[in-house]
Amino acid sequence: MKRLVVAVSTLAALTASAAAPGKPDPKQIARGKYLVTIGGCNDCHTPWKKTPEGVAWDMDRMLSGHPDTLPMPAAPLNAEPWGLAFGNTMTAFSGPWGTSFSRNLTPDPETGLGAWTERDFIATIRNGRHLGRGRPLLPPMPWFNYREATDDDLRAIFAYLRSIPAVKNRVPDPRPPAAAPATASAETR
Amino acid sequence: MLALLVLVGARPAPGKPQREAPPRLADTGLYVDPGARTLTPGIRTWTPQYPLWTDGATKRRWILLPPGRSVDASDPDAWIFPVGTRLWKEFSFDGRRVETRYMERGADGSWLYATYRWTADGSEAVLAPATGVPAAVRLAGGSAHDLPSTGDCEACHAAGRTPVLGFSALQLSPDRDPLAPHREEPSADAVDLVSAVRTAMVRRLPRALLEKPPRIEASSDLARAALGYLHGNCSSCHDLRGELASVGLDLVQRVVPREGTGPGSTAVAVPSRWQPAGAPEPLLRITPRQPERSALLHRLSSRAPADQMPPIGTHLVDDSAVQLVRSWIATLESSTRVSAPLVER
Ligand code: HEC
Repeated sequence: MKRLVVAVSTLAALTASAAAPGKPDPKQIARGKYLVTIGGCNDCHTPWKKTPEGVAWDMDRMLSGHPDTLPMPAAPLNAEPWGLAFGNTMTAFSGPWGTSFSRNLTPDPETGLGAWTERDFIATIRNGRHLGRGRPLLPPMPWFNYREATDDDLRAIFAYLRSIPAVKNRVPDPRPPAAAPATASAETR
Repeated sequence: MLALLVLVGARPAPGKPQREAPPRLADTGLYVDPGARTLTPGIRTWTPQYPLWTDGATKRRWILLPPGRSVDASDPDAWIFPVGTRLWKEFSFDGRRVETRYMERGADGSWLYATYRWTADGSEAVLAPATGVPAAVRLAGGSAHDLPSTGDCEACHAAGRTPVLGFSALQLSPDRDPLAPHREEPSADAVDLVSAVRTAMVRRLPRALLEKPPRIEASSDLARAALGYLHGNCSSCHDLRGELASVGLDLVQRVVPREGTGPGSTAVAVPSRWQPAGAPEPLLRITPRQPERSALLHRLSSRAPADQMPPIGTHLVDDSAVQLVRSWIATLESSTRVSAPLVER
């Protein structure tokens, strides 16, 4: 039992240090908000909802990724040369890479980026891999554009993402293409 | 979009000047006579006791230190290699050389990573593109072997306590694990911990580690081998001292144990953030006695891109490792089990 207690305190310490990397700087957060706006992160990471005036971003779910309440059947990709499909929420994407779902960028510790450090975020964008070292990020996440940003700009984006309301939303994992060749992951790298 | 990813996918990160790697393997100093493949005098070979699984590749490894310099082992779990250190690792499948990877510590202390692809006739090896070569070789059974990009190299080598992963106190210990999956017999001329210290390749190693060579302290031979496998295959990233500390998973076996680290503290009976689709109840990272309810085993057994572990360098499940880790989890004391999640992650 004792070592379990130790495990918990280690994790708690790590989570705490991840969540509080110094005092939030309002100027940095404002810069981050500006970059997230012009970088178009909401386009894919904030789900659309239907309104009487047409579709609009569902700001109660701002930047929380594909809603886990909306299961997606396999996309009907059978009308060559039309080969891509986007879900109604603009958060689910199907193509030759399989099906991907935009991730939860809010600070929720369990389903969003709450447990991430600034370094984790920067490594993810720079290397195009989950946490910088895990699986390759799938299209249409345009990380290869954002990787050209300066460290300061990526830090600002992360500071802003830290400051927005946490939304609990467990985004589903991507699905491989219907008939996945053994090297599918290599080809999307 | 796919083509774009392939084209730009693995350029070195901006603002990070990458030193130029020599154009051919023959220019890296491995061979004194490249034609005859005679090794440069002073180069040593070694065989880690817990090798990394690379879809069944056969590997050979070499290290060359600059004259008169040694590895500083005063932190026995994070050795410091002198400027000018060079290491090579040759990969063969079915008796055919495929690539030789190379790393070198530069004057500014940074590491250079490159890989050299052997020509089809096996006569020489030339520098592979920094973006890597997906499916460079087709393997029997329909799989393929990728040459890594420099980003892939760094994903593992620049993640943890030291960039040199296989040349360490535990990996060189003469007290070798007879149950390690894919264990290799060291050749007669291979260095181990004792000879490395005797020949002054390694200095300042705490004395106790020579008197009693490092060995994973575990409750059974099975546990020792399973923990060693996780160390050799997972701990470059899953290290509380490394870049992925925020994940809070530590699969390192330290020769100087530290309280609160290791699989017992960070994996056994600890809730998992990763969950398989459609699981009736959330899995723990490792659920004692219940391999099928252990996220770690699910990911080790998967090659679906979003789930597989390790995420780089393998397309084929290591069946013998899956079997070993499954048996180990099945024998874990259920007294370590917790009924409710301890932490919300
Ligand atoms: C064109 C759509 C699109 C745009 C624009 C976009 N993303 Fe993404 N993003 C995605 C998709 C889809 C994924 C999931 C990819 C996957 O699962 O491999 C993703 C994944 C991510 C991840 C990885 C999370 C993880 O768990 O690994 C981060 C971080 C991220 N996006 C941040 C951003 C930021 C910051 C912006 C704006 C600067 C942005 N994205 C703009 C579609 C987009």
